[in-house]
Amino acid sequence: MSKAITIDGKTIPFEDGQTIMDAAMAAGVYIPHLCHQPEFTPHGSCKLCTVKVNGRNCSACTYPAMDGQDVLNETQELIDDRKKITQMLFVEGNHFCPSCEKTGNCQLQAVAYHLNMLDNHFPLFYPDREVDASHAEVMIDHNRCIFCTLCVRASQQKDGKDVFAVSGRGIHKHLIVNAQSGLLKDTDLEVTDQAAHICPTGAILIKRTGYQVPIGERIYDHKQIDQVSLAASGSRPDAAFPPSLAVETEHLKHGE
Amino acid sequence: MANKIRVATTSLAGCFGCHMSFLDIDERMLQLVEVVEFDRSPLTDIEHCTNCDIGLIEGGVCNSENVHVLREFRNNCKILVAVGACAINGGLPAMRNHIPLEECLNEAYLDGIGVENPQIPSDIELPLLLNQVRPIHEVVKIDYFLPGCPPSADVFWKFLTDLIEGREPSLPYELVHYD
Repeated sequence: MSKAITIDGKTIPFEDGQTIMDAAMAAGVYIPHLCHQPEFTPHGSCKLCTVKVNGRNCSACTYPAMDGQDVLNETQELIDDRKKITQMLFVEGNHFCPSCEKTGNCQLQAVAYHLNMLDNHFPLFYPDREVDASHAEVMIDHNRCIFCTLCVRASQQKDGKDVFAVSGRGIHKHLIVNAQSGLLKDTDLEVTDQAAHICPTGAILIKRTGYQVPIGERIYDHKQIDQVSLAASGSRPDAAFPPSLAVETEHLKHGE
Repeated sequence: MANKIRVATTSLAGCFGCHMSFLDIDERMLQLVEVVEFDRSPLTDIEHCTNCDIGLIEGGVCNSENVHVLREFRNNCKILVAVGACAINGGLPAMRNHIPLEECLNEAYLDGIGVENPQIPSDIELPLLLNQVRPIHEVVKIDYFLPGCPPSADVFWKFLTDLIEGREPSLPYELVHYD
């Protein structure tokens, strides 16, 4: 007999070893997320995928699916929490969308659009952050880093390198690169590395490509992130399992 | 006339781009002025607002005058609206926030390329600059937010018609942009 959980009352089948996020995506149920991509070890840090499992809040990307779980996803309480989390991500960095070349292709922005976030609610931090434009083809704008560690994981798990890491704690947390000088140009990062393309925000950008696709014609200008995310993961809402664990790479193909 | 909805508008640390975008409602302005009357606004040159229903604020606060104007709007408008990226998060003017004010003034008025007769303006008529540009929700209570740089004409139209027709204003996905 197949094992299943319910998400908002809908029966979702799963296989042993899958997380709640895996099972949901395979079944075409979108749970908002930023630090998660199916091909990498889950990190569970952005907390956007918080769902209520048998009455307790858990990160869907790290929590194993178990037979009979009652999962709540699209409740007003969770949507409100996610909006507040997204607002906190915005105010603790410097996210000026009109001057960011990632605008329209940015997953942070897209999640905020999806949640109908119209304001920042909190006082803004305006932290002092640096830009590292030393590398010939890739730049880091630390103003926009949300510490999702996708670049860290992509470099280690896909590129076989160790270019990025997150250092410091709390408000002092920051992205570092693996070079004595602290500069991206002195690392072995290449523009073809997946780590250079994986950033969900505009923190890691490929130089001289930012405006190849005009603003207004970008991924999230017309499509919501739930459609994009599910289409990219290859999920089929009514498909029987085993689910496809295809890669969420839609954003890589479009004008980075 | 007395029953018309009274709307005031102003641009603080903004570029008037949001006002220009508002005017992009084009001929719908004729429909609007049948039910709306403009009080203090760059469109009317009325200097102070009194007993308004809706106040539209473009731009963040960058100087002491901005703070006074914002408080006047809050005291005189039943519904106060943050219009555009700068009102909501400080926007491009707030990109000076990590540069000390003295350095900004020196660059603009003393050391910058092409500056003639270098001197930092100090006329007592000039409002004093704040050390940082701040979004308006940090200064007064804001009731609604219209994101965008600028918000499109359709955003203004949807918001105002919702309010005027007695609905809770809401923006569908295609009208929410931060750029």
